Amino acid sequence: MKAAAFAYARATSVVNALELLAVHGDKAKVLSGGQSLMPAMNLRLLSPEILVDIGGLAELRGIAMRGDVLVVGALTRHVDLLRSPEIALHAPLLRDAVSHVAHPAIRNRGTIGGSLAHADPASELPACVMALDATIVARGPTGERRIAATEFFKGIYETALSPDELLVAIEAPVTGQGSTFFFQEYARRHGDYAVVGLAARAVVAAGRFSDLRLGFFAVGDRPLLAAAAGKLINASVNPELLAEAATALTNELDPQEDQQATAAMRRHLATVLLRRCVAALLARPELATGVAK
Amino acid sequence: MTVTRAPAESLSVLDRPNSYIGKTVPRPNLDRLLQGRGQYVSDLELPRMAHVVFLRSPHAHAKIVAIDASAARRMSGVISIVTGRELETVITPWVGVLSHLKGLKSAPQHAIAVDRVCWQGEAVAAIVATSRAAAEDAMEHIAVDYEELAAVTDMRTALDPATPVIHASLGDNLAFERTLDAGDVDHALSESEVVEAEFVFGRHTGVTLEPRAVVADWNGAEARLTVYQGTQAPHMVQNIAALHLGLREAQVRVVCKDVGGSFGIKVHIYADEMATYALSKLLRRPVKFVADRIESFNTDIHARDHRCRGRIGVRPDGTITAFEIEDLTGIGPYSMYPRTSAIEANQVVNLVGGPYVTPNYRARARVVFQNKNVMCQYRAVGHPIACSVTEGLVDLAAAKIGMDPVEIRRRNLITDDAYPCASPSGMKFEQLSHHASLAKLLQMMDYDALRAEQAALRTRNIHRGIGIASFIEVTNPSAAFYGVGGAKISSQDGVAVRLDTQGSVICQTSITEQGQGSESLTAQIVGSVLGVSMDRVRVTLGDTDNTPYGGGTWASRGAGIGGEAALQAAKALRQNILDVAAAILQSTPAGLDIVDNRIVNADDGASRIELNELARIVYFRPDTLPPGIQPELMATRHFVPRQYPFAFTNGVQASWLEVDTETGFVTLLKHWVVEDCGTIINPQLVDEQIRGGVVQGLGAALFEKCIYDERGQLTNANMADYLVPMSGEMPDIDIGHVVSPTLESELGAKGAGEAGTAGAAAAVANAVNDALRPFGATITEIPLTPQVILTALGRI
Ligand SMILES: Cc1cc2nc3c(=O)[nH]c(=O)nc-3n(C[C@H](O)[C@H](O)[C@H](O)COP(=O)(O)OP(=O)(O)OC[C@H]3O[C@@H](n4cnc5c(N)ncnc54)[C@H](O)[C@@H]3O)c2cc1C
Repeated sequence: MKAAAFAYARATSVVNALELLAVHGDKAKVLSGGQSLMPAMNLRLLSPEILVDIGGLAELRGIAMRGDVLVVGALTRHVDLLRSPEIALHAPLLRDAVSHVAHPAIRNRGTIGGSLAHADPASELPACVMALDATIVARGPTGERRIAATEFFKGIYETALSPDELLVAIEAPVTGQGSTFFFQEYARRHGDYAVVGLAARAVVAAGRFSDLRLGFFAVGDRPLLAAAAGKLINASVNPELLAEAATALTNELDPQEDQQATAAMRRHLATVLLRRCVAALLARPELATGVAK
Repeated sequence: MTVTRAPAESLSVLDRPNSYIGKTVPRPNLDRLLQGRGQYVSDLELPRMAHVVFLRSPHAHAKIVAIDASAARRMSGVISIVTGRELETVITPWVGVLSHLKGLKSAPQHAIAVDRVCWQGEAVAAIVATSRAAAEDAMEHIAVDYEELAAVTDMRTALDPATPVIHASLGDNLAFERTLDAGDVDHALSESEVVEAEFVFGRHTGVTLEPRAVVADWNGAEARLTVYQGTQAPHMVQNIAALHLGLREAQVRVVCKDVGGSFGIKVHIYADEMATYALSKLLRRPVKFVADRIESFNTDIHARDHRCRGRIGVRPDGTITAFEIEDLTGIGPYSMYPRTSAIEANQVVNLVGGPYVTPNYRARARVVFQNKNVMCQYRAVGHPIACSVTEGLVDLAAAKIGMDPVEIRRRNLITDDAYPCASPSGMKFEQLSHHASLAKLLQMMDYDALRAEQAALRTRNIHRGIGIASFIEVTNPSAAFYGVGGAKISSQDGVAVRLDTQGSVICQTSITEQGQGSESLTAQIVGSVLGVSMDRVRVTLGDTDNTPYGGGTWASRGAGIGGEAALQAAKALRQNILDVAAAILQSTPAGLDIVDNRIVNADDGASRIELNELARIVYFRPDTLPPGIQPELMATRHFVPRQYPFAFTNGVQASWLEVDTETGFVTLLKHWVVEDCGTIINPQLVDEQIRGGVVQGLGAALFEKCIYDERGQLTNANMADYLVPMSGEMPDIDIGHVVSPTLESELGAKGAGEAGTAGAAAAVANAVNDALRPFGATITEIPLTPQVILTALGRI
C-alpha cells in the first residue's frame, strides 16, 4: 500500500494554484487535508501525476461574518468548525455534524472544502450545506462563480467543479432567531460514515413549521434535500400527516445497497429519522414513535 | 470458591514477605515501549536488505496459464521476480495434517502457487526490490494469464456431488469429520421438551496492530538462516523453516523481539513467510516481508464461520437432559500448517455442554474445503462457538419452560464439590467453580435490581436485555494438543536463571511476549522466589539461540507452564545461592533466607551478606571459598503438565444492553465477567487479558465479519469496511475472580488469555434476545447487525 510516484507542488497563492491546475489539467489533484486523497492514493485507486498542495494558503482559511452571510474558507478544518464561536452561534448544525465526522486526528487535518469537493454521499457536511441553503464559491481561470449547494453535488464523488477550479469558500445565509437545527445519523461505530443521516434546519412558529429543510445523506448517490418536507410546512402536524410525509420520503429516495444496509433498510431508517427530527423540532416526543408495531 | 491448600509448614515460595505474586506491579517493558524503543520487525533494517511484495491472485480459483514478468524485471529497483515453480527448488511444499485428528486430509501447499491458485489473495509471484514502493510499481507490470475455475464458496453445498472438488487427489471437499455419542440422547430427548435452533457465526479475523512481519537473512558463510519474525512460537518456526529448506534446526535461528499483537494470528506458518525465508536463501541477502492491511485481511488466518444446528432437551423442572449439535465449518482450500484447521471444529465438539451435568451428548462436526482464505486457530479457538451454542440453547430452553435464565443454570451447572470429574466428551476437570462464579456475578451486577429496571423501562418502550453465559476454557495444554499428533510443537517450556556479578538476575524463558505481560509475570515469579527485587530481574525471550527450548505463548499457556518453569528454576537457583551463602557464612542453608537482595537469617531476619557481595566472591574470589564448594549460580528448569491434558478454567459473563427496536442498533451498557484462572500472578494483567478478550468477543458479536461474495471475493478487506470494535462502542467491563489453583503445579496458575473471548458473544446474543422477547423475535446469528435485527423484527 504505497502510492505510485507523483510530483508535488506547494501553491504559493490561489492564483498560483489555479495556474498549476491549468497547466496539468486532470493529471493534477488538489491536496487539502489529505484525509480522503491520501488513502485513495495509497490504495492506488488514484494515481495523479502531480499534487497541488493548497494547505499553506492562509487566504482560504477562516470563518467570518460578512453582513448576514457566514463565510467559511475552504481550508477551514473540521476541528475549527467544532470550536468556532461563530459557527456555534450562526450555524450550530455544522458543529453538531462535524462531531460525527471521523475521529480527532482526522478532524485536525480534514477540511470543509475537501469534504465538499470529495462529495462522498455518506458525508455529513454536504447535507449540512444543503440544509443551510449555502452557496459554494469556486474560482477558476476565468474568475469566480457561485454555485447553490443544491446544484453542486452531481453523484458519487462528483461535483459541479471542473478540474481547473478550486473550491474557495462556503457562504451560508444567517437566518437569525427562530431557526432551529437537528442533526442525527446512524453509524455502526462512532466516527464511521453514516448508514443514514439527516441534517435539518427549520423555522418553527406557534407549533408549526414555517420553513423546513431536510438534508438526508447516505440515501443515494448524493445528498438529498427532501421535497417531502413541503408536506409539513405550514400544516398542523399529526401522526397521519407525518406518515404521509414518510411515505412521500421513501418514494423520493433511491438508496444504494451496501454492506451496512439494503435499500429497504435505508428507506426505513430515513423515515425513523424524519419522525424523530420532527418530534424534536416541534418538541412533541409522541410523534417519534410512529412505527406500526 | 477459594481452594485453600493444605496448611504448609512454612510459607510457600510464593507467599514470601517480598512477594510480587498477586500484585499489580508495573510491567518492566512498559517504558521501553512507550518511549518508542520497542524493536518490532516492521522497523528492522539490515544492510543489503531487499523488500518482497507478493502479486496475489484476484481470483478465488484459477489455473495459472502464463506469467509474463519481462517488463517488470527491467524496472528500476527490481532485484528479482520469482514464481512458484522457481521457488519450488528451494523450499518443499507441506500438508497440514496431524495424526490424532483421524481422517484429516489436506493437499500439498506451496510457498507460492504453482499452476493453480485456490483463493483470492494466494501469492502468484514474488517481486523483490530495493524498496516496497519499487516492488509495488513493478508488480503493476506483471501480466498473469489466468483461466478461471469454478469457485467453491458456500460450505453448505461444498459436499454436494454437483460441487467441483477443489483438490482432485483428495476425492472430495471433506477435510475432517468427527462424531461423538455419549449417554443416550434419543431416550433423553424423547422424554423432554426439545428446542432447536441453527446458530450462524460470521467468518472473522484477528486484526493485529502490527501486521505479520518477517526479515529472513541467509548467511552463506555460516550456512545459517536468521529469521526475525513477529511470532508466538519461535521454536516451531525454527523447526518448520529448517524442515522445508533442507536445513538442520541448528542452521536456523529465530529472533522475535517485540510483537504488535498476535491473538493466534501469528502462531501459524504462512506461505508468504515461507517464501520469504526461501527468497533470502535463493538471493543470498536479507529479505523483508511486511504484510500490508489488504494482504492481512486476505491472508491472515480467518476463524469461526460455523453453522451449528443445536438441540437441547429440558424437563419442566429445568433439568437439562441432553445436548445435540451438528456443526459445519469451511476452512478455505488448505488445512493450515502445522496446527491444522480441524482444531476449531474439534474444540466445538469437545466443549459444547461442558459446564453442565447432563451425560447425554451427541455431536457431529464436518470441516470442508472452499476457495476462500485459510481458516485456523484464533484466540479462544472453538470456545465462542461452543459457548454461544450451549448458552443460546440453555436460554431457549429456559424460555420454553418459563424459567429464569439464572435459575436454569443454577439447576444444571456442575456443582463445585463434584470434582475431579469429566464431561461427556471426555474432558477432564480438576476443579471448577461454576456456582461460586455465578453467585459472584449476580452480586456484582445486582441481577434482581437490573431485572426490575428492565421491566420498568419496557413500559416506556425502552428495550433492554440481560444475557448470561457460563463457559469453560482450555488452558495449559499438554502434549495432547499437538505433540501426540506428530507436530513438533513443544508443550513444555524452559527457564534459565542466573545471578550476575552484582547480584542481579538474568532470566531466559522460552515463552514469548506479544503484549500479554510474559516478561512481567516471569520477573514477578523469579523476583518473588529468589527474594530479589524485580528491577534487578532482566528477562530475555524470543530467541532460539538464547533461550531454553519451548512452545511459546499461545493457548493460554504462558503463565501456567512458562511461569511454573520460572518458579522451579528460581527455586533451584535459590537453593544454590543458599548453599554458597551457608559455606561463606559458616551457617546452614536452612538457617538462611534471601530477602530484598540480601542473605538474612531465616529466624530473626538479620542481614548477613548482600547478594552482590556473594556474587563478587563467587565470580572473582573463589579462592576464598571453602574447599569442595563449586557454586552454580545458574539453574534451568522445564515444565509440562502431565496429569491433565488441559487445565480447564471456568467463568461466567453477563451483558446488559439496549436495542433500539426501530433502528436495530444495539448499545452495550455494561459487561461483567467472573473467571477462575487459579493463582493470579498479576491482577491487572489478568483483568486486561479478560477485557481485551471480551472486546474481541464483542467485535464478533456486533461488528466483525469477512464478507465474501458468491465468487469468493473478499469484499471488505480494509479497515473502513471491516469493523473492528472501537472504544466508543465498548461498555465498562467489570471483572471479578474466584480462585481455584491447579494442584498440578506449585504455582497453581491456569490460563486467562481467552476467557474473555470465549463467552462475550454468547452473553450479548442472549441479552439481545432477552431484549427482543416482547416482540417474539429470536436471533441466533452473529454479528448482530442492525440489518439482522430489523429483519428479525419484521421492520424491513
Ligand atoms: C478514518 C477516516 C474516517 C473518516 N470518516 C469520515 C466521516 O465519518 N464523515 C466524513 O464526512 N468524512 C470522513 N472522513 C473524510 C474526512 O472528513 C476528509 O477530511 C474529507 O473527506 C476530505 O477533506 P480533506 O481536506 O482531507 O481533503 P483531501 O483528502 O485533501 O481531498 C479530497 C478530495 O477533494 C479535492 N479537494 C480538496 N480540496 C479542494 C478544493 N479546495 N478545491 C477543489 N478540490 C479540492 C481533492 O483533490 C480530493 O479529490 C474520514 C476519513 C478517514 C481517514
